[in-house]
Amino acid sequence: MIAGLFTFNGGVKPDTHKNESAHAPIRPAPIPPRLFVPLRLSARATTRCIVEAGQQVRKGQPIGVPDDPLSTTVHAPTSGTVLGIELHTMAHPSGLKTRCVIIEPDGEDRWIEHPGFDAEHASREATLAWLRDCGVVGLGGATFPSHIKASAAGRIDTLILNGAECEPWITCDDRLMRERAGNILAGAQRLRRLIGASRILIGVEDNKPEAIAALTEAAAGDTAVRVQAVPALYPAGGEKQLIRVLTGIEIPAGKLGGDYGVQCFNVGTAYAVHRAIEHGEPLLSRVVTVTGNVAQPGNYEVLIGTPVDFLLELAAPKTDTQRVLMGGPMMGFALPALDVPVVKASNCLIACSPTLFPPPPPEMNCIRCGACAQACPADLQPFELYWFSRAKNFGKAQEYHLFDCIECGCCAYVCPSHIPLVDYYRFAKSEIWAREREKSAADAARDRFEFRNERQEREKREKAEKLAAKAAATKAKLAEKAAADGTEKTDAPASDDPKRALIAAALERAKQQKTQVEAKNTDALTPAQKAQIAAAEARRAAADTPPAGPDETENP
Amino acid sequence: MLSSPFVRQPASVQQVMLTVLLALLPAVALYVWQFGPGIVLNLAIASASAVAAEAAVLRLRKRPVGLYVTDLSAVVTAWLIALTFPPTLAAWVLILAVVLAIVAVKHLYGGLGQNPFNPAMAAYCLMIVAYPSAMSQWPAAGWIDLGTHLQLIGGASLDAITGATPLDALRTGLRGDAPVETILAGKAFGALGGAGWEWIGLGYLAGGAFLLWRRVITWHLPAAFLGGLVVISGVFWLADSARFASPLFHLASGGTLLAAFFIVTDPVSGATTPRGKLIFAAGIALITYMIRNFGAYPDGIAFAVLLMNLCVPLIDMKTQPPVFGHKGR
Ligand code: SF4
Ligand code: SF4
Repeated sequence: MIAGLFTFNGGVKPDTHKNESAHAPIRPAPIPPRLFVPLRLSARATTRCIVEAGQQVRKGQPIGVPDDPLSTTVHAPTSGTVLGIELHTMAHPSGLKTRCVIIEPDGEDRWIEHPGFDAEHASREATLAWLRDCGVVGLGGATFPSHIKASAAGRIDTLILNGAECEPWITCDDRLMRERAGNILAGAQRLRRLIGASRILIGVEDNKPEAIAALTEAAAGDTAVRVQAVPALYPAGGEKQLIRVLTGIEIPAGKLGGDYGVQCFNVGTAYAVHRAIEHGEPLLSRVVTVTGNVAQPGNYEVLIGTPVDFLLELAAPKTDTQRVLMGGPMMGFALPALDVPVVKASNCLIACSPTLFPPPPPEMNCIRCGACAQACPADLQPFELYWFSRAKNFGKAQEYHLFDCIECGCCAYVCPSHIPLVDYYRFAKSEIWAREREKSAADAARDRFEFRNERQEREKREKAEKLAAKAAATKAKLAEKAAADGTEKTDAPASDDPKRALIAAALERAKQQKTQVEAKNTDALTPAQKAQIAAAEARRAAADTPPAGPDETENP
Repeated sequence: MLSSPFVRQPASVQQVMLTVLLALLPAVALYVWQFGPGIVLNLAIASASAVAAEAAVLRLRKRPVGLYVTDLSAVVTAWLIALTFPPTLAAWVLILAVVLAIVAVKHLYGGLGQNPFNPAMAAYCLMIVAYPSAMSQWPAAGWIDLGTHLQLIGGASLDAITGATPLDALRTGLRGDAPVETILAGKAFGALGGAGWEWIGLGYLAGGAFLLWRRVITWHLPAAFLGGLVVISGVFWLADSARFASPLFHLASGGTLLAAFFIVTDPVSGATTPRGKLIFAAGIALITYMIRNFGAYPDGIAFAVLLMNLCVPLIDMKTQPPVFGHKGR
C-alpha cells in the first residue's frame, strides 16, 4: 500500500545532535535513594492520596486515585516506605511546588500481585478503565490520559503512531523503536482495536533508518500496518503536522484528530499500553535521554519520581554545565532546580554549557524580512503577532490567530534580528488568559452583587407589600369606619411601581453590557490550547516579566 | 536565555545586508567597465556619509551605536542611492541625499525596520524635485576617467559627456510625435535600452539570482514587477508600436532591473504576505509605466515605490494568508 506523502508549510532544520546518544542502548537507571512521586499530573488532573507516612508500599501499588475525569491512577514506582506527603518543586518552568509522595526505596523492588489483564474477554469499557488504573498517559509530552483518547471510537479509521521525534538531541523514542518494535506494535494493535481503526500508520523521520527497519520487520506480513519515513523537518512530530504529512488531512483549528477519523499516539504510549495489557504493569518508568554537555550521553529507563540530579550524574555532566533543559531545545524549558522529579512527560535532559548553547546575540528591531512567516508551520505571520503582542494589542493578536501558534519556536529560530518571538506570544496568551479570568471573576462578583440586590429588592418589596396590605386593611377598616362616619378620604398614590420598572431596566442594561464586553475567541479553545495557555502562563511566571523588547524606549 | 527555543540559526541582520551588498558587486564591476572607476568613489562617499549620519543619529537617540551601525543597513541604503543617482552628479547632492535618507526617512520614523518609505527612493524623489536638471544629467555611453569624474562631482558641468537619459529622450521625442524608431536610433540608445546601461542591468539580474538562491528575497516581488511591466508595456506596444517602446526596452531601461531585485524587494517598507507582494510589485510596475510615458520625470520607479509604500498596511491587512486549519473557510 503506497500513499503519497504530503507536506506542511514552513519548518526548520536545526542541527539534530542525535548521534551523541542514539548509539546508547536503553539501560535501566538505578533506584535512587528517594523518589518524589507527584500526585498532580497536570494543572487539572489531580489525584487523591491513599497512602500515609510510614506505610510500606510495593512496586506498582496505587498511591493516588483519580479525583477527576482527566486524571489517572498514580503508583509507587518501587517497593519501600512512604516517608511523607510533602510539597516539592515540580519539573515545570514555573518552579511551582506540588504534593508529592516521598518514598524511600527498600532496594528489593517487590511487585504487588499483577496478574495481567484478559483483554480478549474484557469489555471495551473495562479495558479503558484498566488503562486508567495503570496510569497510562501520552508520553510524547502532553500526558493526556490514553483511556480518554482511546474512547473516541466509532468514527476513527486510522491510528497514527508518532515516532517522528523531530526535536534535536532526543533519542528515547528512537531507541525504543529500535529495541522494542514488536512490543510497540502489539500495543498499537490493542489501541487500534479499542478505537476501531482499520489501519495503523507509523510516522518516523527518515534520519532514523534503524528504527524504521526494526518497525518494518516487526510489521512484516501485516497489511494493515504501514511504516512511513517522513522527511526530517522540525516540527514534523507536531500532531497536526504529522497527520497532515501522513494523510493529507489538515485538522481545522479547534478540532482534534478524532473528529477527522484519525487518532494519534506516541510510540512510547503504545509501548506502555502493551505493558499494561499484556503484563498488567502500570506505567512506572519511562525512557529518558540524558545528553548535552555530559561525558556519557545515554538513554535510561527511569522510575517516575527519580530526581533529575540523580539521573544526570549517571551521564557524568561536565563542570561547565550551566543549566539543564527538560525536553528538546526548541520547545523544552530550563529546569528551575535540579532536585525536581522525572515525570511521565520528561523525555530528555540536556546539560547546557555556554559553548553548546551560546546566549543569543542582542535583540534588534524587526526588519519585516518575512523569514519567520516562511518558517511557521502554522502559516501565521509571526512578525505581525509580535507587533501586536508587544503593543499589547491583544484583540488584533487574536484576530491574527495568536491561539493557533503552537509555540514550536521555528520563527525565533530563524529571525535575523534575534527577537525572542515565542516569549512575546506566551506573554500575550497569558495576558489574554489572565484578563479572561479576571473578567469571569468580575462577572461572578457582579452576579453575586446583582443577586444580592435583587434579593434585597425582593425583601423590600415583600415588606412593602405586607405593609401596603396592612395599610390597605387598616384603610379599608378606616374607610368602612369613615363610610360609616360618612367622610371620604383619598388614597395616597403608590410610588412603588415606576421605581421597580427603573431598576428592572437598569438590570437589563447591565446584562446587555455584560454580553458586549465578552471577549471573543477564547470560548472556542480546545483543551489542548487551554493547556498550552496554562503552560505559557507558567513560563511567564518563571520569567516573571514580559519580554523587554529591543532597547526601545521611545517607540511603542 | 530562560525560555525556548534555546538554539538559533546563525543568521543576523548584518549577514542579510552583507549578502545584498555582495549581490550588487557584479553590477558595480560592469558599471566600472562601462563608465569608469568613478562609481566606486561615489559608493565610498555615500557609504561614509551614511555611516557617519547613522552613528550621529544613533548617538543623539541614545541607541547602541555599535550594534546598529554594524548591521550595514545604512551602507545598503547608501549603495542604492549611489547606484540610482546619476554618477556624474555633484558630490554634495549625493551626500545630502544620503544624509536625508538616513536621518529623515529612516530615523525620524524610529530607525531600522520602522520606516514606512524606502529610504533610497524617498531620497531620490526629494532630490529630483529639488534639483531636477542635475538629477537628469546622465553620462552618455563611454569611459570617464577618474580625473574627469572628480571634476564632475566637484560641480563642473561638461555637456559633452552628460545628457538626458534614454527614457527622457524617448518621452521628449514622443511629445514631438517622432516615431519611436527614429528616437531609438539616437546616440543615447544601445542595443536593448540605454547604451551601456543594459550591461549593468545584466549585473543586477545576476545579483538578483544570487539573492533568490540565498533566500534573502522571494520570487514574488521581482516576478510581479517585471511581469507587470512587460504586460502593460506590451499592451500599449501592441496597440501602437509606432508610439510606444517595446517591453524589452522597458526591461532594459532606467533602473528596471535594479529596482526589481534590490528596491521593490526592500522588506521594511514593502508588503510581506505572498499575495500582498504580488499586488505591491505589480502596482509599482503600473505606476512606473504611467510616469515613464506620461509623467514629467525621467524615471517613475521612485515615485511608484513611494506611492505603493503608502498602500502597504492596507495590502498586508487584506492579504493575510490562510492559517493552518483555517483554510477553505
Ligand atoms: S524573522 Fe524576525 S526580523 Fe524577520 S520579519 Fe520575522 S520577526 Fe521580523
Ligand atoms: S512559535 Fe508560533 S508563530 Fe512561531 S513558528 Fe511556531 S507556530 Fe508559528
